Order: sequence, then structure tokens, then C-alpha cells
Amino acid sequence: MSQKKYWQSFGEVNDNENFRKQQQDEFREELPFEGLDDKGLIDAKAPRRDFLKYLGFSTAAATLAASCKIPVKKAIPYANKPENLIPGVAQYYATTYVQDGDVVPVVAKVRDGRPIKIEGNDLCSFTGGGTSARVQASVLDLYDTHRLRFPIHRTGSGENVKYEEVPTFEQFDKAVGEAMKVAGGTTVLLTSTLVSPSTKEIIAAFPGLRHVVADPVSYSGMLLANEASGFGRKLPSYDFSAAKVIVSLGADFLGTWLSPVEFAKGYATGRKINEGSFTMSKHYQFESYLSLTGASADERFTHRPSETGAVALDLLNALTGGEPVVKATAAAVKKVAADLLANNGASLVVCGSNDKDIQVIVNAINNAIGAFGKTIDWGKPVNYRQGIDADFTQLLSDMEAGNVGTLLIHGANPVYHSWEADRFKAALAKVKLKVSFSERMDETTELCDYILPAHHYLESWGDAEPKAGAVSFQQPTIYPLFKTRPFQTSLLKWSGNNTDYETYFKNYWTGKLGSEAAFNKALQDGIKEETVAVSAGSYSGAAVDAAKAAVSAAKISTGTELVLYQKTSIGTGTGATNPWLQELPDAISKATWDNYALMSLPMAKELLGLNLIDGSEKESNNYEYYPQKPVIKLTLGKKEVELPVLVIPGMNAHTIAVAVGYGRSINLGKTAGEVGQNVYPFSKFNGTTVSYHNEVTVADAGRKHKIAQTQIHNSYEERVEVVRETTLATLKKYPAVIPDFRNHLEETYGRSKDGKTVDYRKEGTLYPMHDQPGIKWGMNIDMNACYGCGACVVACHAENNVPVVGKSEVLRYHDMHWLRIDRYFVSDEKNPDQLKGVVFQPMMCQHCDNAPCENVCPVAATNHSAEGINQMTYNRCIGTRYCANNCPYKVRRFNWADYTGADSFKDNQDQQLVGKLDPVVHQMNDDLTRMVLNPDVTVRSRGVIEKCSFCFQRLQAAKLEAKKDNRPLKDGDAKTACQTACSANAIVFGNAHDAESAISKVRKENPSRGYYVLEQLHVLPNVSYLAKVRNTDEIIEPAGHHAAPAGNHGEAQPAEKKAEEAHH
Amino acid sequence: MILCKPIGQRLSVLFLSFFALSVVSVSAQDAAAGKALYASKCGACHNIFKKMTGPALGGLEDRHKWADHKELLAWINNPAAYMAKDAYTQGLKAEYGSMMTGFPEITLKDVDDLVAYINAEVVAQKSGGDKKDVAAEAPDTSNQNALIFGIISLILGVVALILMQVNSNLKKMSDDAEGILRPAPLPFYRNKTYIALASVIFFVFGGYMVAKGAIGLGRQTNYQPDQPIFYSHKVHAGINQINCLYCHGNAWESKHAAIPSVNVCMNCHKAISTYEKGPKLYNDRGEEIDGTAEIAKLYKYAGFDPNNPNKWDPSMAKPIEWVKIHNLPDHVYFNHSQHVTAGNVQCQSCHGEITAMDEVKQVAELSMGWCINCHRQTNVNFNYDSTKGNKFYSIYEKFHNDIKSGKMDSVKVKDIGGLECQKCHY
Repeated sequence: MSQKKYWQSFGEVNDNENFRKQQQDEFREELPFEGLDDKGLIDAKAPRRDFLKYLGFSTAAATLAASCKIPVKKAIPYANKPENLIPGVAQYYATTYVQDGDVVPVVAKVRDGRPIKIEGNDLCSFTGGGTSARVQASVLDLYDTHRLRFPIHRTGSGENVKYEEVPTFEQFDKAVGEAMKVAGGTTVLLTSTLVSPSTKEIIAAFPGLRHVVADPVSYSGMLLANEASGFGRKLPSYDFSAAKVIVSLGADFLGTWLSPVEFAKGYATGRKINEGSFTMSKHYQFESYLSLTGASADERFTHRPSETGAVALDLLNALTGGEPVVKATAAAVKKVAADLLANNGASLVVCGSNDKDIQVIVNAINNAIGAFGKTIDWGKPVNYRQGIDADFTQLLSDMEAGNVGTLLIHGANPVYHSWEADRFKAALAKVKLKVSFSERMDETTELCDYILPAHHYLESWGDAEPKAGAVSFQQPTIYPLFKTRPFQTSLLKWSGNNTDYETYFKNYWTGKLGSEAAFNKALQDGIKEETVAVSAGSYSGAAVDAAKAAVSAAKISTGTELVLYQKTSIGTGTGATNPWLQELPDAISKATWDNYALMSLPMAKELLGLNLIDGSEKESNNYEYYPQKPVIKLTLGKKEVELPVLVIPGMNAHTIAVAVGYGRSINLGKTAGEVGQNVYPFSKFNGTTVSYHNEVTVADAGRKHKIAQTQIHNSYEERVEVVRETTLATLKKYPAVIPDFRNHLEETYGRSKDGKTVDYRKEGTLYPMHDQPGIKWGMNIDMNACYGCGACVVACHAENNVPVVGKSEVLRYHDMHWLRIDRYFVSDEKNPDQLKGVVFQPMMCQHCDNAPCENVCPVAATNHSAEGINQMTYNRCIGTRYCANNCPYKVRRFNWADYTGADSFKDNQDQQLVGKLDPVVHQMNDDLTRMVLNPDVTVRSRGVIEKCSFCFQRLQAAKLEAKKDNRPLKDGDAKTACQTACSANAIVFGNAHDAESAISKVRKENPSRGYYVLEQLHVLPNVSYLAKVRNTDEIIEPAGHHAAPAGNHGEAQPAEKKAEEAHH
Repeated sequence: MILCKPIGQRLSVLFLSFFALSVVSVSAQDAAAGKALYASKCGACHNIFKKMTGPALGGLEDRHKWADHKELLAWINNPAAYMAKDAYTQGLKAEYGSMMTGFPEITLKDVDDLVAYINAEVVAQKSGGDKKDVAAEAPDTSNQNALIFGIISLILGVVALILMQVNSNLKKMSDDAEGILRPAPLPFYRNKTYIALASVIFFVFGGYMVAKGAIGLGRQTNYQPDQPIFYSHKVHAGINQINCLYCHGNAWESKHAAIPSVNVCMNCHKAISTYEKGPKLYNDRGEEIDGTAEIAKLYKYAGFDPNNPNKWDPSMAKPIEWVKIHNLPDHVYFNHSQHVTAGNVQCQSCHGEITAMDEVKQVAELSMGWCINCHRQTNVNFNYDSTKGNKFYSIYEKFHNDIKSGKMDSVKVKDIGGLECQKCHY
């Protein structure tokens, strides 16, 4: 058994023969041929005569259907055209994505009155125009078919519950007003974190209103710890760009912790290698499961979830020379402590725990390493999370005691996300009047008496103050689609103030900013940042001793532990209704449409008898190849849940990790309702805060469940130079380790028969060169900056009308993503569980100048443009799929079914041949949902290939603008959707013929990391990559280095065989 | 027919320019510059011969102080300031309901040119208006030729048949005379040679027709649907010379040319409620159209009562559901501004002689071959030197060198990728 260093799946790492066989077919479809050997053609099920009959009939039918009548189309202009609107030209409005305390300033692209795409707001200093997958997908939520469309009154009980429309807002106000009087008792407003200053003023002005904040995933441990450390009940701003050493104790700060968009921007700044000095930040991660952030770490150490406190305490003690207690991480803690001390004032420790004592210790560590005032700014506290768990438990007991007369709910959904959901449900029944402002019929809302759905954020006026002094504004980008009303208007009305929120908001900010002009300017910019004096507080170590005692006394589990985590796509559960997010493959597991139990290799061996480390080839192959995964049952007291298992390297051996946010109510639609299981009930309350890990009993459930993963197909057939990865120490010692491969190719093939050097680019191929007189588009992706979040994938969905196919189709490898992020595990060559790192490689059409796909198309539907773009003409494609078979990068996608409803024939979406498509496909084809489509991009019909076009519509638009302005194209005029979505600025795009452009510069300035994928095939891609570099001292000796004769070139060897084949 | 029309036009243009040169004592250059200025600045609201949004401009030098072009310039540059101390222009505002838009960029030379053009037009209309059409009425000879050739072919065909019949009869007679026995001759429809010939002709001709028909599926050349309102481009853009830009300004900025909204129509039609002086209007079936009744239809959409104009509330207008004539398949991306603004293509190049159409008819085939052909032949607005052309093309170093060295004389759309699939399909 030969072991591999870079691998995507266990079938591959164990180098199984069957695995390779299965990888040989690009499209694993059974062809509809019947055995013809035993019977004649006439006796076959579809004999020749029938075939001819059908052929004749279908030709005639298609001709008739297409030609009989040309439909009369209407062109209906405006009755009164709005002055600043030009039909067909997009407008951009600055607004703000706000979701349960998450704030990202954005710009909405509005085409003919419909918002269709979200971009980051470049004017914001802390997000710098970055976005996340959820921000990108939020525009689709606006057109969700399961949004509530009118005010509702719930009547009846039990089986006979009816949700009736309340015809007018006046009637609703009247009914609620009367019911509030009858209810008596206290009135409580239960929300998730609110960041709007004007809303807070409205709440404060509501007589007798008690405001309780309950966050789905709580940060109250941090808030309380910071209070105990003398900073007040606040969260600070973190500056990851200033940190040379970053230590994360289980904080997924790139994926889901606090403000990942902001942190990713800072983090990526430090990760981009300056090739002059070969410096980059160092990132240590201590955690229990393999998180998105852990995947990017230079060095990772795992421990039990219940040991988090002990590890933090070890680190604090190690700073003053103490001996670590936790054995598994002892050496690591010492090393990290030394590194932190060496970089005093330029390092940062963050911790994802929600335990007050642990966070007090983390504050003590940060104090000891001089982080306060350098990488942690208390002068700019952030408002992302404000919920205190004890407030919620207090509310719960008040409700149980019958003291709460009216409960108004906005944003919070405790019936779903509380650790005591059942208790909350029972207590809710004792509240006389429950009013929800939810946009959707979520688990709590369906139990409320009155429901007044609020606007989507793209329909709203509003403000958000993510951090002190920075206010981001919301303005409507579309007239409200449904009979909805801002919940602030309701609060105003019910507290006796008759202004609506729009007026209130305008007056509030006109007053604060001084003039209407200033208000309009603020709305136009979307963000207003100024320095405000905030008392920073000063560090006090008073609470440390108590915290130390508490942490030392804390029990460390000995059984199996469950840790709950969030995915970048679904988050706390708010992303579950969004088809784009459900179909976004998870960064680590590459699974879509499900949650599952992540498990280590040893645990899988012990529990399920699944030996993937040194087991038989058949075993690992079967596990990897078939989507049916074993199901386990997790039990905690009376709570139990059954989940399929995914085995992942780099997990703590005693830990199972499950994502929250799944198992939603069917009332939210089938996209959310039939997917995964809810594991929030497995969190626990320790008297002060909630913790998101627990000890559970695990048992094999003895059945299997299908998980739709995306990475087990699309194999590169052993061509290993796809992903180039090394360590910083290696790069310093051998700066040519990556370019060597190209140099070798040039040396070997860039010579004529008589040994003279010739132009390899030209002579390395039989085909003629393409003339590129003007622009030549090129892209560069820095794999050191990419951390795999998937914002680009969703942005590509939105920009290019990429269809959603549903779980059943992903299971058949029919996923349609134009841009995918390949995940490679880098492990010890002997032990796949010994994870050294993870490489994320965004992979899309490489736009090869010598494209292999172009040569094989029988109808020339794919060909090359003068600007270096590999073009795909859908209307010319007849669906032979030769191009996809011949693509070495596996980036071409075939429309196996009519996912978009674009065909002329209505029955195409349900015919038996393609099987029934998932409900989500039909949801995406609803007239409401289709409003999100980009009108500049063709909606592809069944039977054609599609792929990345470099966002051609944007390039054309940019060129046209330049022509209209009578000027040359400027660098940065044309940006692709993936590029603008990336908060790490990992993607650079532009005209490679312009020596001054960013793309030319980045290629020139990174000679030791730049490479092209599968360079030896000489397909001349226009997408270049910068190799991933781990900041470790490990030196990887290049096999057959430098002086090696041609043909003996280390890891490139198997590929060179291919290269020679290509030259025959 | 195709040949004759341009000749006719050229003749009339020649005739007109000769006339203008000989009769009017202004330099041709001035009037030409004035014409361009007039089209871009004035034509949207003014007509030379009749009142529109603003007064008719013909004979303006006889009115007020306009003989002094400096006065006129002051008015055009800043109407608000001029009107403040001038009773005549105040009266104009009262009469037309709105003040003229100011054009601060107009210079004295521009005013001279404009007045020269307007005067030339007035003179031309007075003395030459009725002679214009003489040259255009050329006889339609090509059609007659085709008919004559057809008849001749038919006659020759019949003669050939008769001769063949005669020949076979003679042969039969000679055979009879010589006593050679032959089987009774087959009638021609059972003759295998004839059948084979006929079927070959049938398949070739039939195949050709089927292929041609199939290619033409979905194409709508000469499509001229009835519109909800009989809107005549001839009356508006032809006779009244309203600039295309006034209603379809969108075409300069957007992919859509866009049909104007009702409020744009009403800008002029608030004042113009009857159709009186223009030529009689006929639809494509030859029925006469009552222009005033059509304007009344517009009023119905706009919710406008001509007897009570001050009570009009534009927000109550309803959109007009026009029938779309120029349709492209969904997989084609077409951008008007690319062609009109960047490419300087005239509207007429694709939409035909729109100023001569009453109801619009699709003239071009709008097929891919038709598009591609134009992309092959049309020059881009290349910046051959620093003073000419669009600076966007400055990056095309190779073409600049080739032009300098004489390898290339012009840059066509095809040279910058105008034939590539993805330029229109993405």
C-alpha cells in the first residue's frame, strides 16, 4: 500500500484499484443500452422501427411546436418613468446586511427595480468590501416562497390550529392593543442581538417594556468575563492584521465566530507572503474537531472539548514557566507560550468558549502578552452579540410563573435553538399574548397568537452600529413584496406614537447628523465611521484566581463528547431556508444538504468497525465511494438523535462534532424542513452560561443514510501537481522548489531537435497560437489567503444564474457549481489521521489558451476568444459532453435535467427518464424566486454544458463603459463576482497584457509561489495560483532536487508520463 | 427597385443642395453645422414650420429682437435670466406652459449657424417643396423585366414540349412507314426518365425550400402588427423631425432602446390635440386613419381631458401595451448603447427608413448571418491618431503598428472579436 501526502478521500489515500477504476468515467451514468446479444433488434424493447417512428414523430412535433405560431410579445413602457431610472441599466444602493447581530455593510445591485446581487461596501474600513456566503445568499431570501405574506391571527388549538389573514394593519393594531390590555402582566420583547441605535431608542421609549436578548449561539461568557476583567460588559475589536502570532482556542474566527468577514480580511493580510523577506503570520489552533479556521492553521493541536479550560490555563501558566497539565497538548502549549512571549505586543489569543472562567483566563493571557491596546482594541467595542444567558433563564421562570402577559418576539427563536426548548414551549403556553415579527413561520412563530411579518432587509429602512462610532445604514432597494411592516413601526404604534419607522428613522438621523444633506450623504455612502471617545476600561486581574480555581476544578469527561459547531453556510439555522446555502458544500466535509456526525478515524474503527487507517482497501473504498454512510445514535438523557457519520482526519479521538442549524420545521418549506437533525437540545446550561459541548452516549444505529458529497467525483487521475503546498522553512531554503517544475519543463521541451532553445509556449503544441491583440484576461488565486468559506461559490450562483439541483441530483454527481473549492488534506505519509494541514483550492474553468475541450467539440460550441477566454455557446451545444471528458480540470457542468424550467416543453422537469427532481428545483423556478435571475446571463436549458465564463457579462459591461467614456480600460474596471465576494482578497483579476495591472504585478512579485495547475499538459491556463505555504519549521526535501536528471522529478513523476503522452 | 431608391434619394439631395447653394446667400458649411446642432439641441421641442412644445422657428428673425443674434444668444444661454426683464419671452412661457431649457454651451457662431440652417429650410420649403418628389418617382423596371423573362421562358418551354411531341410523332410515322414494330409508347408520366427527373427536381427544390423555411422559423421580417395606437413615425420623426433621442434616449445608455413612457408623449400632446395639417394616414390594409382619434386614445391612457388640461394628474396614467416588433431569442445579448453610442451606428441601419414608416415594420431579418455580416464590414471607431476615434482602442498596439506599416488599412469589428460566439451569447 503506497501512501500519499495530498489526498481528497480515503479511497484515494489507500490507493485502491477499484477506486481508480471508478474514477475513470467522467460521468457515472448507466447508458440506456440493453443487452443485444441474446435477442434481435426487432425483439428489443425499443426496436429499430419504433426508434424510427419516434424519431420521425419527435422531429415533426418539435418543428410544429417551434414554428406554428410565434407568440405576440408585448413591450410595456412605464406610465411615468422615474427620473433617475434607465431600464436595462443597474443601479447600486448602499445598505446593510443585518442578521441576529451580524452586520456587513453591502451594496445592492438593482436591475429594473429588482435587487439581484449583493456586493460588499468598499467604503467600510473594517470589512473592506468583503462578504460571506450568507451575505451573498441573502438576496435569495427576499424572494423566498415561504416568506409570510400578510399579518396573521392564529386561532384554535391542537389539530385545529388555523392561521387567518388579518386584512389590514389597523385591524391588527386594534386586535393586539385590546389583547395586550386583557393580558395584563409585564410586556417583554424577546429578540436576538439588536444593533440598531434608533430601534433601541424606540424600545426604551415603550412604557414598561422589558427587553431580553437571546442569541441562538451565545457569547455571554465573553461578555461577563470582560466585565470581570474591568472592561465592562463589552466585546472588543480584534486586529488580526497586526498579529504576528495568532492563537485560537477553539474559536472559528474565519468561519462563524463574531465577525468573520472582518477577521478574515485582517487575517489574510498577515497570511500573504512578502516574497522579499518570506514573512507571514503564524497561526496556532487548539480545537476538538477540524474547523474551517483550524484547517488554515499552521499548527493544530486537538484536545477534548471539556479540556478547553485546562488548555487555556496551561497556556497562562506556561507564560510564566508553569508546567502544563493536559498531556496531549503539553509540548504544544510550551512552544506556543514561547512564541507568544517572543512576539509580545504583536500576538493575539482568541477563544471560542462560552464559559466565563475560561474567557477570564484568556483575558489574562492577552494581558500577559501585551495584546490589549495593540491587537485588541477596547476603545472600539463591537455590538455583534449582547445576549446574556441568565436573562433568558430569568424570563423563562417569569413565564412559567405566569408573570409575563405579552411576549413580543423578533429574531429570537428559542423553541428551536434553546437548550431547554421543551421547557420554553410549555412556558410559552402560559403567556396570554404572543406576538411574532418573524419573516417566516419558524418554530416559535407558529406558536404565536399574532404574527406581523417584518420586511426583508432589502425592503427596509434602518441602521446598525456594529462597533462604537461606525454606523451602517439600510435603505429599501425594492417596494415591499408582501403585506409586511417593520417591527419598529409596530412598537411605535403600540406605545402610542403614531409615526411610522421610516419617518422616525429619518428624523432621528437628520437630527443626529445635523441636516438632511448629511443624512442623504450617509445613506448614499451606506456607512459613517467616526472616532468616538469610549472609556476603554483597564485590565483587572481580580477575577483570575477564582477563574483558575473554577477551571482546575472543572470535570474532564472520560466518555465520548459531542461538540456543536456552525457551518459558514447555515450558521445558527438562519441559512437553512436558502437553497444556495444548502447546496454550498461544507468547507471540510464537502457535503451538501445535511448535517452529520464528524468522527475521527480511531473512533470509527472502534465504534463502527470501519478501519480507514490500515484497513482493507475494500473497506475504505466502499465507505468513500457509496453515499450511504453508517448512522449512529447519540443519547443524552431522554434526548436522542440519529445522524449519519462522516470520518474526517484531524479530529480529537473522543469527540464527535455536529453542525447546528438543521432539522427545521416543515413550515419553513422543504428546503429547510426535511434536511438534517436539530442538535441544539444537546447544549447545556452550567448555571451562568450555555456550553456547546456535552458528554453523550453513542451507539451504532445499524442503518445507513445517504450524504451528498461533492468531492469524491472529479478526480485528477493521480496528477498530483494540481495542488502545490510547502512550508515556509522549505521555501526559504529552496526558493525555487515550486518554479523548478516549470523550469524543468521548459528545459526538456523548450528545445528544438538541434538543441536550441525555442519558444516553449509556441513549440510545445501542434495547434496554432491564438492572436490576442488587445486584452488578455487573467486571474490569480492566492491559496494562502483562501480559507475556504464559500462566499465566492454563492456569489457565482447569484451572478451567473447557476441552477440549484437538490440533494438527489448532487448524489448523482450532477452538481452545477461553476466554481468549486477543492479541499485537500495534507497528512503524514504513514498516517492519514496525522493531519498537517488543509489546502483549499478554488477551481473553475482555467480558460486555457490551448484548451483541450475546444478541440473535441464536434459543433464548435466551445472555442477561444481574442481576449483569452474559453467561450461556451449554449445555443450551439448539442450535449455530447466530449469537452467535459477532455477537460483535465473537471470544471465543465452538464445540465442533466431541466433545472431551470428554461425548456420549451413543460414536462421536462418531471419525466421519468431524469427521475423526479427535488422540490427545491421547483421552488427555484417559482415566478417569485426567478426574480433573482441576472437578466444579462442566459438561463441554460437541459442538455447543454456550462462553465465559468470569467463573468463575461461584467467584462463586456466594463469595456462598454470605457468606450462610452472614450478612454482605455482601467485596471479594476472589470471584476468577477468571486473576486468581489472574497473578504480575504485571495482572487486578483485583470488584463494580463497591461504590465501595470494588479494581475501582472501579482504574477511578477510572487516568482517562488506562482504556478499553473497541471502545467505539464501545456494547456496554458489563464488562471494562475500561488502555492499554499504553512508557516512551520519543517523542511520538506524536494525529491530529486535541482541536479536531478530529467524524468526523475519527485512528485511530478507520474504526471510527466502524461506530459509525454500529450506530446506524442 | 432596390437599385432605384438610393438613386432617387441622391438625386433629390443633389437637387436640394444645388438649390440651397444657388438661392440662399449663406455658406453651405454654416447651414450644415446648424443642421447638426438643430438636430441635437432644438429638434426635440421645436419644429421649423409648426408649433410643438415650443414655437415654430421659421422666420424667427422677424420676431422680437431675434434679428440681433446676440439677443438670441443671451436668451438661449440663460432663459430664466433673460425672461426676468423681457415681456415677450414671458408671454411665450404663458403661451406654451413651460420655459425653454437653457443651453449655456451654445456660442454666437452656433446661433449664426442655426439661423442660417432654419432660413435655408424655410426658403427651400417655399420654392422647392413640391418639386422634391419628382426624382423619386422612377419607374419600377426590374419587376417588369422579371415578368417578361418569365413569360419568355414559359413560351420557350411550351415550344420545346411541342417540338418534342412533334419529333416523337414524326419518328412514329417514319417507323410505321418503314414497318419497324415498336411497343406502344409510354405516356410521359410513366416514363422512368421523366419520373426520375421529376423526383430529383422535387427533392432538390423541396429540400431547398424546407431548409430555407426551417432557417427562417421564428424570423419575422416585414412583421407589422397593429398597435394599440396608430403611432406614425413618419409624422413624428419624418415630417416633424423629432430627434430619435427625444423618445428613445435610453438607446444611448442602455441595452434596451425602450419605448417612451406616457408622460413623454404628453410633453407635446398636452398642446397638440388634433391631427390636421399632415398627410392622410392609412394603415397597411389601406384604411384611412383618423389622427385626432388616435391622439384621443393616448389621452385615454394618460387620463387626460383636453377640455380641462389643468386638472390632469400624470400619476393616474396607464401604460400602453405596445406590440413588440423586433424580437431576439433569449440566448442573444444585444445592447443598443454598444451600437449607438460606442459604434456610432445609425438607427436606420437596422430599423430601416423609420422616418418614412407609419406603423413600424421590421425591415431587417435580425438573423445571425445578418448581424455577422455587418460585423464583418463595419469599421470600428478606431483611434488612428490621437485626434480621431475612441481612445479605448489605444491598447491595440498590434493594429496601430500594422496600420502605420500599411499592413492594415482599417479595423473592422471582426478584428476586435466581433465574430466570437460569446460576444452575443453568454
